[in-house]
Amino acid sequence: MNKNTNSLLSLENITVSFEGFLALNDLNLNFKKGELRAVIGPNGAGKTTFLDVITGKVKPTKGDVFFKGKSLIGKKEHKIARLGVGRKFQSPRVFENLTVKENLEISVSTPKSPLNLINKKIKNDQLDEIEHLMKVINLSKKINSKAGALSHGQKQWLEIAMLLGQKPDLMLVDEPVAGLTDEETDLTADLLKSLSGENTVVVIDHDMEFIRRLDSNVSVLNQGTVLCEGTMDTIQNDKKVIDVYLGRPEE
Amino acid sequence: MEFKNLKLTKKTTFVIWVLIIAFIVAAPSILPVFRLNLLGRYLSLAIVALGVDLIWGFTGLLSLGQGIFFALGGYCAAMYLQITSSSEFPNNIPEFFGLYGVDNLPFFWEPFRSPIFSLFAIWVIPALVAGTLGFLVFRNRIKGVYFSILTQAALLVFFNFFNGQQKLINGTNGLKTDVTQLFGQMVGSESIQRMFFWFTALLVIAAWFFSKWVVKGRFGNILIGIRDDEPRVRFTGYNPVLFKTIIFSIAGGLAGISGALYTVQSGIVSPQFMTVPFSIEMVIWVAVGGRGTLLGAILGAVLINYAKSLVSEALPASWMFIQGGLFILVVTALPEGVLGWAQGEGPRNLLQRLGLKRKIETYPSLEIKNETEGLKNE
Repeated sequence: MNKNTNSLLSLENITVSFEGFLALNDLNLNFKKGELRAVIGPNGAGKTTFLDVITGKVKPTKGDVFFKGKSLIGKKEHKIARLGVGRKFQSPRVFENLTVKENLEISVSTPKSPLNLINKKIKNDQLDEIEHLMKVINLSKKINSKAGALSHGQKQWLEIAMLLGQKPDLMLVDEPVAGLTDEETDLTADLLKSLSGENTVVVIDHDMEFIRRLDSNVSVLNQGTVLCEGTMDTIQNDKKVIDVYLGRPEE
Repeated sequence: MEFKNLKLTKKTTFVIWVLIIAFIVAAPSILPVFRLNLLGRYLSLAIVALGVDLIWGFTGLLSLGQGIFFALGGYCAAMYLQITSSSEFPNNIPEFFGLYGVDNLPFFWEPFRSPIFSLFAIWVIPALVAGTLGFLVFRNRIKGVYFSILTQAALLVFFNFFNGQQKLINGTNGLKTDVTQLFGQMVGSESIQRMFFWFTALLVIAAWFFSKWVVKGRFGNILIGIRDDEPRVRFTGYNPVLFKTIIFSIAGGLAGISGALYTVQSGIVSPQFMTVPFSIEMVIWVAVGGRGTLLGAILGAVLINYAKSLVSEALPASWMFIQGGLFILVVTALPEGVLGWAQGEGPRNLLQRLGLKRKIETYPSLEIKNETEGLKNE
């Protein structure tokens, strides 16, 4: 059982093996309620696999994942999502053939049963929610544009808005600023920071400037296990982290 | 009926509907009996095409086995007509049973004495079979080309099974309906056939509205989401298995209705409805008409089949080449189908290439919507 009652999500001794290759190796991670946490690590460190395990896409060979005290192992992806785990993908994955509004409708609609969707009109408070989300991401004027016609940055933001619309307790955000301008990156960092507190936000990224701006605790993954945890300053001065990831400044 | 480039006003839409209805009402007086019967049959095929469009055009499930559900609907209709017209035959059972020395009616024929049961069976049985088959396949996350192969394999299983069951359903000979009785008249008679034509036309329109209702709104958007990015739908909290099972079941029900109408207008149902080429043709009608445009499915089914009979009369044996060519043309040049092409940027591009229209200098969306709003930062 979950020992740490204060934590929203805990991964205990997670091992994932792809035909002998250990993508995750005895990984232990704990996330407190309302926390903002950055997860970094070199390519192949297991960052995305770790999200796949939480969201039910990959079954771990060993170990357990507890969310709100309940095990997530063996649950289907859509069930985990309904429990309150939201995920934003690495490259923006919005429904390109649907409009901005339709994309958001998909995310805010509840219950998510076929009967509800085919029979009933969307509820008024859900429409208000969509309006609010569009203001947050500044896409109010594009409400009826196809999502496929948006710029890369707008797609990234639309996906973040879709994530918010799901009202998840835990937001897993994979590389939210890939391909964004500096200005957009700063705005995204501020947005994510403002979301933590109410939501638990886990951000995976490579961009050190962005991570620094998040001003949160950082976990460094390497070869499927946690190498080091702490504030940005601790991490940047940690010898192991410098060796495997950051690299030494040239002298 | 809204086209993006060729915008139809309310008035034009109204006029088009009046013309369509006028044509349907007048068709039996204008067309010779033979042509009317062909048109009725092709209209019934439009209903199965609508189902194919729902599962393939909208949901991305390319089924090569719609013939199963089409044939099931046909058999349900034929069984009702045969059993209720068998009072003069020995043992009061359909005539063909005598050929194989069967004296007792097989148990599953019994409920088909009831017209109400039969009317429901025509679409409920195919829908249930489709739903069950679909659920098992979708639950195991079989998709893409594997799904297509599986549906084709299922089609062959049904084809061989029906072919071999002489003592149950007359096997490869099929069940004839044209010499049976309905409302005290021969089903093959002119008056009953005329009625079936009107009934079919009505059902095509009903099926079209029903399909529009299904894909309109959030349910339809989830279908499109499943087609474009199924894992994303799952991570948003929806269970794609349910949605796919429902839409596959709906397509099965439509195929059943289509098969029943086709059967009573062609006078026979047989395992030939479950041959591999026929189910592939259904996909071609939709591909040529326009995937994801419901109207395209209807037009594709009716026009291609009409062309097929006209061409076959003039140049026998050449139709297969034309159909193949049509399919290649659509796949290479018009991937959205004829209607999809007409609704999109197709006509504009063609006019530009012919030098009849000036090129647009900015992005089309800017030019059309005059909207230059970017990601504004506050």
